[in-house]
Amino acid sequence: MRYVQALKIAIRSIFSNKLRSFLTMLGIIIGVTAVIALVSIGQGSTKSVTSQIQSMGSNLIMVSVMGRGSQASLTYEQAMTLKDGNYIKAVSPVISSNVTAKYGNNSVDSVMVNGVNSDYQAIRSIQVAEGRFISPMDDEGRNKVAVLGHNVATELFGFTDPVGKTIKLNGQAFTVVGVLALKGSSIAGSDDDAIFIPIKTMFYFDKNKNIRQIYIGASNPDTVEIAKNIINNHLLVVFKGDTSAFRIIDQSQILSTVNSVTTTLSLLLGGIAGISLLVGGIGIMNIMLVSVTERTREIGIRKALGAKKRDILLQFIIESLTLSGLGGILGIIAGYILAVTLGKAMNIDANPTLSTILVSFSFSVLVGLFFGVYPANKAANLNPIEALRYE
Amino acid sequence: MNSDKVLIKMRNLTKIYRIGQNEVRALDGIDLDIRKGEFVSIVGQSGSGKTTLMNIIGCLDTKTSGEYFLNGIDTSKLTDNQLADLRCSEIGFVFQNFNLLQRMTALENVELPMIYKGVPAKERRERAEMLLELVGLKDRMKHRPNELSGGQQQRVAIARALANNPRIILADEPTGNLDSKSGNEIMKIITELNERGNTVVVVTHDPNIAAQAKRIVRIKDGRILGNEVKAQ
Ligand SMILES: Nc1ncnc2c1ncn2[C@@H]1O[C@H](COP(=O)(O)OP(=O)(O)O)[C@@H](O)[C@H]1O
Ligand SMILES: [Mg+2]
Repeated sequence: MRYVQALKIAIRSIFSNKLRSFLTMLGIIIGVTAVIALVSIGQGSTKSVTSQIQSMGSNLIMVSVMGRGSQASLTYEQAMTLKDGNYIKAVSPVISSNVTAKYGNNSVDSVMVNGVNSDYQAIRSIQVAEGRFISPMDDEGRNKVAVLGHNVATELFGFTDPVGKTIKLNGQAFTVVGVLALKGSSIAGSDDDAIFIPIKTMFYFDKNKNIRQIYIGASNPDTVEIAKNIINNHLLVVFKGDTSAFRIIDQSQILSTVNSVTTTLSLLLGGIAGISLLVGGIGIMNIMLVSVTERTREIGIRKALGAKKRDILLQFIIESLTLSGLGGILGIIAGYILAVTLGKAMNIDANPTLSTILVSFSFSVLVGLFFGVYPANKAANLNPIEALRYE
Repeated sequence: MNSDKVLIKMRNLTKIYRIGQNEVRALDGIDLDIRKGEFVSIVGQSGSGKTTLMNIIGCLDTKTSGEYFLNGIDTSKLTDNQLADLRCSEIGFVFQNFNLLQRMTALENVELPMIYKGVPAKERRERAEMLLELVGLKDRMKHRPNELSGGQQQRVAIARALANNPRIILADEPTGNLDSKSGNEIMKIITELNERGNTVVVVTHDPNIAAQAKRIVRIKDGRILGNEVKAQ
C-alpha cells in the first residue's frame, strides 16, 4: 500500500522531468551495458580458446628439452625410446626451421618447415585433404617430400593441384605428396601455415639433429598422467636427475593456465565496468540531492499533512531505486545488443548469460539503494517548519 | 456536544529562537485554553508570534518551555511518529500561500492526507470528491493548482484540511493572498465548518477577519494581551 504509493510518486517525479531523469540514468545505463558486454565477450572468448585447446586432443603431451650442461638435447633414437606401445602409442620429435618456399614464380618468405615422422598425424589428429601424410618409408629413405598446410598450398599454387608438383625450399627441390585440410588457428600454432617434411630429411636439410621438442600421444585420455610419469622418469635418467632440463605439459595444464589468465582478464574488465556503475551511482546521488533541495517545500507540506519520517525516506529511496532499476533495464537491453553484435563480429558466442544479466541488474539496484539512502535520509530529517519556510 | 471539553491547553508556554548570540522570544509565557467547537481568531501585528503559536498548536513545531496539552495529551511526551499521526488525523492546516503540491491535481492533493493515514484507494477517492464538491469545486477536480485561481486553490486546501475529518482546523492568514471577494468566500466556508462542529483557529492581522470569530485573542510580542468573547 505505502510502497505502491511511493512507487507512483517516484514514477511521476521521474517522468515529470524526462531529460534530467534520462541523464541521471545514463551513468547506470552505460555501466550496466559495459558490464554485460565486457563480461559476455570475456566469457565468449574464454569459451572459444578453451574449445581450441580441447581440439588439440586430450591425449596430447608436449615435451620441451632445455638440456643440462653439455647434453643440451636428445638424439632421435633417445626420443623414440619413449614409445612403449603400452601407455604411449605415438611419438614424434619435431625440428623446425624457417625457409623461403617457391613454386614457379610464386614465393613465400619465412614459412615454418617442421620435420616430423609419420606418428605426428595421429598425435595432432591431422586431416589430409589431398594425397597423403609423411610415411615411415619417406622417413627411412630421407625422401625429399613435403606435405603442405592448407594456407601455404593456396599461396603457392592457387587453384592448381599441388600433389606431384615440385617446390623449392631454400633452393632444394621437394615433391609435394599431400595437402592438409583447413584446421583453423590454435594455441599450439597453426598447421595451416606450415610445411611438413620427414624428420630424417630435416636432419640433413637443416644440418641439425638435436631434438628439443617432442609431441607424444598417450594411448587414451585417462592414462595421460601415467604416461607423463613414465616420460618424466625416463628423462630424469637421461638428464641425471635434473628436473629443470626438460618440461612436460599436457592439454589440461595449458587449459588451466589459459583459464586462469582469462578469468583474471574477465574480472579486470568487469571491475572496470563496475567502476563506471559506481560513477553512475554518484550521478544518481548528486541528482537526488538536488531533487531533495528543490522539493524542500513539498517535503514540508507532506510532513504537515501527516507524513512520517519513514514515508519521506521511502519516497526518495524508491525514487532512486526506480531510477537505477530503470537504468539497469535499459542497460541490459543495450548490453545484450552490444554483446551479441560484437560477438558476431569477433566470431565468438558472446550471448550474455542469465547470471551475468541478473548480477549486473542487482548491482545497479544496489548502487541506487546505496547512493539513494543519504539524500533520502536528508529529506526525511528536514525540519517541517524550516521546510515550509523554504522559498 | 460537550462544549466544555478543553481541546487545547497551554500553560506558560515559550518559544525561543536562537540566532548566534541573539535570542528571539517568539512566544513568551502563553496561557491559552480552547474548547471543543470554539471559533477563535488570533490577531496581532506581523512578527507578534502568531505563526509560531499556530505551528506549535498544530504539532509542527515544539515549544521551548511550558506545557501544551492537546485533547488531554501532554505533547512533550510524544515521539516524532506520534506527532505525525496527530497532524494526520486531528489537525487540518490551511496556509496563507495554500501549499498545494503543484504536480498533483486538486483531487490528488485532497487525497494526500488520507494516503498517509492508510485509507484504501476507493474510499479515498470518493471522500476527496465529496469534499471538493463541498467547497464548490466539483468541476475542477482534475485541475492542477496553477490552473486554479487563488480562491479556488485555498478551497482545495480547505478540502484537504478536512480529509481525515480532524477535530481542529488551523488557518494561518487564510485570506492573506486573496482579494476581498474570494477572502470573504473562504471565511464563509470556514465559518460553516465551525457551525458543523469543527474547532477552528484562524490567525490573522486583519481585524475585519478576526471579527468573524466568536472569540478574539490578541497577541503582541509573543504575549497574550487579552481575550474578547463576542456576544452570540
Ligand atoms: N525559524 C525562525 N528563526 C528565528 N526567528 C524566527 C523564526 N521563526 C520566527 N521567528 C521570529 O519569531 C517572531 C515571531 O514570528 P511569527 O510567529 O512568524 O510572527 P507572525 O506570524 O505573527 O508574523 C518574529 O520576530 C520572527 O522573526
Ligand atoms: Mg505569520
